[in-house]
Amino acid sequence: MSPAAPDVSGAVPTAGEDGTAGMRVRLSGLRAIVGEVSSPARTDAASSGRGADPSGQGAMVSARGLCKAYGSFTAVDGIDVEVRRGEAFGFLGPNGAGKSSTMRMIAAVSPPGGGELRVLGLDPATHGSQIRSRLGVCPQEDTLDTELTVRENLLIYGRYFGLSRRHVAAKADELLGFFQLTEKRGARVDDLSGGLKRRLTIARSLINDPDLLLLDEPTTGLDPQARHTLWDKLFRLRQQGVTLVLTTHYMDEAEQLCDRLVVMDGGRIVAEGSPLQLIREHATREVAELRFGVGDHAEVAATVADLADRVEVLPDRILLYTDDGEEALAKVHERGLSPVAMLARRATLEDVFLRLTGRTLVD
Amino acid sequence: MASSTTPAGRGHDEPRLLTMLGRQVDYWWTAYRRTWRGSVVTSFLSPWLYVLAMGVLLGGYIDGSTSGLGGAPTYLDFVAPGLLAATAMQVAAGEVMWPVMGAIKWDKTYIGMLASPLRVVDLVFGHLGFAAFRVVSAAAVFVASLALIGIFASVLGAVTAFLAAVLTGLAFATPIYAFTAGAKTEQGFALIYRLGIMPMFLFSGAFFPVTNLSEPLEQAARLTPLWHGVELSRMASLERWDASAAAVHVAYLAALVGIGLWWAVRRLTGRLVV
Repeated sequence: MSPAAPDVSGAVPTAGEDGTAGMRVRLSGLRAIVGEVSSPARTDAASSGRGADPSGQGAMVSARGLCKAYGSFTAVDGIDVEVRRGEAFGFLGPNGAGKSSTMRMIAAVSPPGGGELRVLGLDPATHGSQIRSRLGVCPQEDTLDTELTVRENLLIYGRYFGLSRRHVAAKADELLGFFQLTEKRGARVDDLSGGLKRRLTIARSLINDPDLLLLDEPTTGLDPQARHTLWDKLFRLRQQGVTLVLTTHYMDEAEQLCDRLVVMDGGRIVAEGSPLQLIREHATREVAELRFGVGDHAEVAATVADLADRVEVLPDRILLYTDDGEEALAKVHERGLSPVAMLARRATLEDVFLRLTGRTLVD
Repeated sequence: MASSTTPAGRGHDEPRLLTMLGRQVDYWWTAYRRTWRGSVVTSFLSPWLYVLAMGVLLGGYIDGSTSGLGGAPTYLDFVAPGLLAATAMQVAAGEVMWPVMGAIKWDKTYIGMLASPLRVVDLVFGHLGFAAFRVVSAAAVFVASLALIGIFASVLGAVTAFLAAVLTGLAFATPIYAFTAGAKTEQGFALIYRLGIMPMFLFSGAFFPVTNLSEPLEQAARLTPLWHGVELSRMASLERWDASAAAVHVAYLAALVGIGLWWAVRRLTGRLVV
C-alpha cells in the first residue's frame, strides 16, 4: 500500500451510526488484496511520469487565484490548487461550496471568471478542445444516451475523440469487462439501475485513455453496495496511475479515495492536506459522541467541557474531541450522566470540516 | 488503462469543423436508425395525403386555364411545388425544436458531447447537418414521387425544385434552432407552430396565389420565408424563371440560413458555456 494512502486499516470499528464502520473495514481489506496483486505501486507509476508533459510543467492542474461568479453570486472566490501527476485529489465541501464550478472550469467547459488556470499545462480558454481530448469527465448527472445500449454509448462516445471504430470497439469491450458490464452490453441504458449507469458513465469517461479523470460527486445517490463497487474501480484506476480529481460531500469517500484534498466552503479553500494530516491538524485522534434528550445539549455540554480538548454542540448531539474516546465516555458515566446514546469513534474529515466551518457537511 | 500515448488531439492546433462533424456521424446515424420509422409518416406520407386531397381531389374542381394560377396548367401543378416547400419547412422545424431542447435539457446529450473535444460550433453544425439530412431525404422522396406523376417540366426543373426546397428547410432550421438553443422551456414551440408554421403553411402561397389575399395580408405573406420558398420552388417546377425575383428569393432564404447559424452558435454558447 502506498505510504500516502490514508491509514484506514487502523479504523476503530465502533464508528458509524449508519454502518459506515463496517464498510470501512471491508474496504481496507479489499485495498490490501488489491495492493498485493497489482505489481507496480501507484507511487512508482506516478514518479515514472507517464509520457512527456508537453508544457514541461509537472502539474496536471494548476490554479492561481481562480474565480467564478454567476451574476452577483460568487461561486469560486480565488482558490489556489495544484494537482500532481498520478495522485488522487479531492474537493471536499458541502453543496454550494464551489466544487462543481471549479470542476467545470478544470474540465474546460466553463471559462474561468478570473485568476489563472492551466490544465495539462494548457490554457482552457485557448486550448479547450485539446485539453478535453485528454480528459475523462464523469459529470454529476449522467449524460448517457438512454435510448441506446450500454455498448453503443461507449462506441459513439469514443468516436467523438477521433478514435477509429476498431480501436473504440476493442476499448469498449475492455472497459465493459473492467466495470463488470459485459453481461449488460446489449441492454438499453434506460433499463439500468443507478449504480450501473454510474459505472457506465465512468467507463465512458475512460474510452480515450485519459491522462486526467474528473469525477463530480461520483457516488451521490447510490446505495452503499454500489458506492463500494465504484470505490473499488476508482481505487484500481488510481493504482494504474490515472490521475483522479474528484468532488464529494462524503467525508468517508474523500478519506478512502484521496491522497490529498482541499476543503472548500463558500467558494474558498479552508484547509488543504492529506486526510490524515487534516485530521491531525484540525481534530483530535478520537471523538466521543453523546446524545441526550432534545434541547438539553447546551446545558450538558458545560458539565463535560473539561473531559475533552474541545467540545462541539450540535442540535442532535455533543461531540467531545479527545485522544481517548472510551475514557471520555467512562468519565461521563462517572459523573452520573446518562445519555440516550453514545459512542466513541475515530475522528473523520467531517470533524475537520465542522471545526473549520462550524457546520456539518451534509445537512 | 492509462497509456503514455493519447490517440486524439495532442499537440494539434484548433481542430477543424469538418473533422469534428465526421466524428459525430456515428451518433447521428445511430440516432436515425432508431427513429426513422416514426419520421416516415410525417416526412413521406403526409405530403402525399395533401397532394391527393388538395391537388387531385379538390383540384378537380378548379379550372386551371382561367383561375390565374401563375402559369400552372392545372391546380395540381400549382399546389405540388407549394407543398414541397411547405414539407421542407415542417420537417426542418420538427428537427430543431423538441430534439434540440432534449439534447440541452432532458437527455443532456450536448453536455456529454461538450466533455469531449467537440465544441459548441461542432454541436450546432452537427445537429443542423442532421436536420439538413432529414430535409434532403424528405424532399428527395417527395420530388421523385411527384416526378412520377409528371409534375416537373424537366429533370432540371425537378432538381432545382429539390434544391429550392432544401434551401427553404434550412432557412427555417437555423433560426428556429437558435430560438430553441436559448429557450428555457418548450412552451414557445406551440406558439411557433400556431402563430408561425400553420399560418404560413395556409397563407404563404402554397395553396393559392397570395394575390387572392387583401392588400395588407398579401404584403405580409410576401415577407414570410415560406412564400419565398414556395415561389422559388414553383418557378423551378414550372420552369417559368424570373431571374431577378429568383435572386431575391435565394438571397432572402440564404440570409436567414446565415443569420440563423450565427445566432444559433451564439445562443448555444451562452446557454452551455457558463
